[in-house]
Amino acid sequence: MARAVTQQRKTINTALAWGIGLLIFFPILWTILTSFKTEATAIADPPVFLAFDWTLENYSAVMERSNYARFLWNSIIIAGGSTLLGILVAVPAAWSMAFVPSKRTKDILLWMLSTKMLPAVGVLYPIYLIFINLGILDSRIGLVIVLMLMNLPIIVWMLYTYFREIPVEILEAARMDGASLKEEILYVLTPMAIPGIASTVLLNFILAWNEAFWTLNLTAANAAPLTAFIASYSSPEGLFFAKLSAASTMAIAPILILGWFSQKQLVSGLTFGAVK
Amino acid sequence: MGQIKLNQVTKSFGEVQVIPPLDLTIEDGEFTVFVGPSGCGKSTLLRLIAGLEDITSGHIEIDGADATNVPPAKRGLAMVFQSYALYPHMSVRKNIAFPMKMAAVPEDEQNRRIEAAAKALNLTDYLDRKPGQLSGGQRQRVAIGRSIVREPSAFLFDEPLSNLDAALRVGMRLEISELHERLKTTMIYVTHDQVEAMTMADKIVVLRAGFIEQVGSPLELYHSPRNEFVAGFIGSPKMNLIKGPEAEKHGASTIGIRPEHTDVSMSEGMWEGRVGVAEHLGSDTFIHVHDTGLGDMITVRITGDIQVKHGDAIYLTPQLDKLHKFDAQGLRME
Amino acid sequence: MATQHSRSAARIMMAPAVILLLGWMLVPLIMTLMFSFKQYLPLRGGDLGWVGFDNYVRFVSSSAFWPSVVATLTIVGGVLLITVVFGILLAILLNQPMWGQGIVRILVIAPFFVMPTVSALVWKNMFMDPVNGLFAHLWKFFGAEPIAWLSEASMPSIVMIVSWQWLPFATLILLTAIQSLDSEQLEAAEMDGAPPIKRFAYITLPHLGRAITIVILIQTIFLLAVFAEIFVTTGGAFGTRTLTYLIFQRVLESQNVGLGSAGGVYAIILANIVAIFLMRIVGKNLDA
Repeated sequence: MARAVTQQRKTINTALAWGIGLLIFFPILWTILTSFKTEATAIADPPVFLAFDWTLENYSAVMERSNYARFLWNSIIIAGGSTLLGILVAVPAAWSMAFVPSKRTKDILLWMLSTKMLPAVGVLYPIYLIFINLGILDSRIGLVIVLMLMNLPIIVWMLYTYFREIPVEILEAARMDGASLKEEILYVLTPMAIPGIASTVLLNFILAWNEAFWTLNLTAANAAPLTAFIASYSSPEGLFFAKLSAASTMAIAPILILGWFSQKQLVSGLTFGAVK
Repeated sequence: MGQIKLNQVTKSFGEVQVIPPLDLTIEDGEFTVFVGPSGCGKSTLLRLIAGLEDITSGHIEIDGADATNVPPAKRGLAMVFQSYALYPHMSVRKNIAFPMKMAAVPEDEQNRRIEAAAKALNLTDYLDRKPGQLSGGQRQRVAIGRSIVREPSAFLFDEPLSNLDAALRVGMRLEISELHERLKTTMIYVTHDQVEAMTMADKIVVLRAGFIEQVGSPLELYHSPRNEFVAGFIGSPKMNLIKGPEAEKHGASTIGIRPEHTDVSMSEGMWEGRVGVAEHLGSDTFIHVHDTGLGDMITVRITGDIQVKHGDAIYLTPQLDKLHKFDAQGLRME
Repeated sequence: MATQHSRSAARIMMAPAVILLLGWMLVPLIMTLMFSFKQYLPLRGGDLGWVGFDNYVRFVSSSAFWPSVVATLTIVGGVLLITVVFGILLAILLNQPMWGQGIVRILVIAPFFVMPTVSALVWKNMFMDPVNGLFAHLWKFFGAEPIAWLSEASMPSIVMIVSWQWLPFATLILLTAIQSLDSEQLEAAEMDGAPPIKRFAYITLPHLGRAITIVILIQTIFLLAVFAEIFVTTGGAFGTRTLTYLIFQRVLESQNVGLGSAGGVYAIILANIVAIFLMRIVGKNLDA
C-alpha cells in the first residue's frame, strides 16, 4: 500500500480539514446554540459562544405559537408518501431500462430528466387550477402527487444506475430456475438492490422534505409542512433570533438525525448513484 | 427425457445474422460440448436453447414438443452460468432451494433434495453460508447443486470453469463428468477450451461464425477433422498446416501434421530446420522449429526429454499415414 | 439481448412512469400555452379573451425581463463555479490521510440537509443582519463598517447562501470519484517523473470529468428553480429577481395569469436551451 505518511503531514491535514469542516457546519451549530439562549444573549455583542444560561423557553414559545406536531406530521406524510409512491412506479421502469435496454432507453431516460428542468413556475397556475377543480388544493394527497412527479425522474435514474450494477446473469438464473417476472423482481432483484433502494429513498425523502416551491404555493392551513412553518418566521419574527433558531432547529432536526443514522446509504444516495 | 432438436434455427441481432440456418439434434443423455473461438455463436446458441434469447426463425423441440415460444422458466432446463449467478443475499441452502420454491415443491421434499445434493457436492458444512463467503470452486458447486435439485430434462453449462484457476478446473471437470455418469441426463456444455471439449464430451459441436463446422465424437474430430479449421482447433499443441510445393507433392493444397506425429532426428530426415524455443514439460518436450522452408514455424512433440539448444540443426520426418490433406476449399481429402 | 416476452413486459412496466411524466409535462404545458395567449386576470374579470402575442411582447419589453435572465444565469453560473472549484479542493483535502475523516465528512455534508427556507432565514437574520448579525459583529470587531449584505451586496450574498447549500453535494460526488481513481495510475505517473501539480492536471482532473459533468447537470436542474432563498431573503428586490421569481410575482402577486404564463413559456425555452446543451454533454458521458 501507500508509503508511510509523516505524522506532521497528517496533523496538518487533520487541522485543515477539521477547520474547514467546522466552518461549513458552523451556521447549523450556531443556530442550535442560539436556540437555547435568551433573546438578549442571542444578539449580544460580542457574541456569546457557550457560556450562557441555557433555556428551553424558545421551544415552548414556538410550540405555543404554532402547532409544530401538525406541520411535522404533514412533512412526514408528504415526503414519505411521495417517495414510496415514486419507488413503486419507478422500480418496474428502472428494471425495464436496466435489463431490457433498447435503442431508445437512453433517450427516454434523458427525456425524463429533462422534465425536471421544466421550470415549476411556468406551470404553477395550471396546477393551481387543476388542484382547485379536483378539490385537492391544500391537501396532503395533492402534494404527495406533485412531489412524487417532481422526483420521479431522479428516482428512476438512481434506481437505473443501481440496477445496472446487478449482473443480468443472476436475473437470468432466476428465470431458468422457474421464477416469473414478478417473482424475479420480488425475490431476486429487490433484495439485491436494497442498499441502492435505501439510498434512493433517503435522498428523495430529503429532497421532498426540503422542497419549498410547491409546498409553499399549494398549501395554506391544512397541509402545510415544515417548510411553510419556518417560512412564517420570515418577518418580523425573524428578528427574534432565539425563537427563529428554535423553530429552525425543530424544522431540520428530524432530517439531521435521520442523516446521522443512515450515513452510509446517504453518502451513496447523495451522489445520485451516478459516481462510484 | 431430454432430447433437444434445433430445426433451421437462425438468430439475428438487428441486421447481423449471428446464427445462420442451423440443424442439430442432441440425443437424450448425451454430453454435448459446443466449442469454438470467442464470438463463434456458441453461447448465443445455448441461450437460444435456454429461451433467454428469442430465435429469429426456425423451431426448437424439447422431447418432441415445440418449445420455440415457451419462456425459459417453463422449459424444464437448468443452467449453470459462467459467473455462477448465485443469489448473493441468500444462503447456500436458500440458493439451492430457490428453483424448488418457484416450483412449489413441498418443504420436506425440498429439504431431502437439498441434503442429497449437498452431500454429493461436499457442501453440507456450507449450507448456511452466503455465496460471498465461499471459494470459487464451492460457488461453482452451489450453482451445480441449484441446477440438480429441480431435476431438469437437460443441463446447460455456459463456460462454467473459465473463472476457476487451472488446478481447480481439472478437478471440477472430473466432477461434472462424474455427475453426468451418475445422472445420465442430457448436458450441453459451452467452452472455448478444446481440452475441456475433448475430455468431457460424448459429442462435440465445433462452431465458427455461427456455422457448425463439424459434429462428432472427440476422437473422430481428432483423427478425421472435416476441414482445416477443425484440424487447427482440435488438438494441443495445434496441428502444423503446410501449404505450397510441399503440399502439392502430396496432391493437396494444404497438408497437416500433428506435432505428436512427427519423428525427430539430429542427423537426418525429410525436413531440415533450426531449433527456436524448446519447451521442456518433463514428460514431453515441445520444439518450435524454424527455417524449414515450409513457411510457418513447425511445432513437434517428443515424449520424454531431449537436449537441444537454440540454433541447433534438427531433422523432421512426418508419419505419412497420419498426414491430413486438404483441398483448396480447406476441405478434407480422403 | 432479451426475448420478445421480456421486451413486451418491459414496455408495460415502463408505461406508468412514462405516462405519468408525460401527463405531468403536457397537461400543464398546454394550459400554460393557452393562457399565454389570453388576457386572463382571475381577480379582475377572469378570462378576457384572446390577445395573440401581446403577453409575450409585454413580458419581454418589461424592464424587469432582461435583468431577471441575467440574475438567473448569474446565480446558476456563480454557484456552479464556486461549488465545483471548492468542491475539488475540498475533495482532495478530504482524500488525504487524517484523523476523524468520518466526522469531518458528516460536518461537510450537513448543509445539504437544511431546508432552503431555514438556511435562507438563518443566513439572512443571524449572519447578514446589518445590526445584530454575526458578520456585523465581526466587521465591527475589526473596526469596519458593517455591510447591509442583502441590499448592498445582494447577489453575492444569495450566491453564497446557495453555494453553501450545494457545496456538500459537489464535494461528496467529487470525493467519491477521486477515491475511485486507481492509485497505480498516479504511481505510474510519479515513476514517469510527473510532479504533483502535473499529476493532478493530467491524471486526476481528467478522471473527474464525468463527476464534474454530473455535478453540473444535477445542480443546474435545481439551481434554475431556486425560489425559497429569494422568497425569504430579498423578495426579489435589489437585483435578485430571477426569471422564476418574476413569473411568480406576475402570476400570484399581480394575479396576471396571461402575462405570467407567457413568462413561463420563456422560462421553459430558457430551460430547454440549457437542457439541450447539457444533455448533449451528459448523453456522451453517460455511456462511459
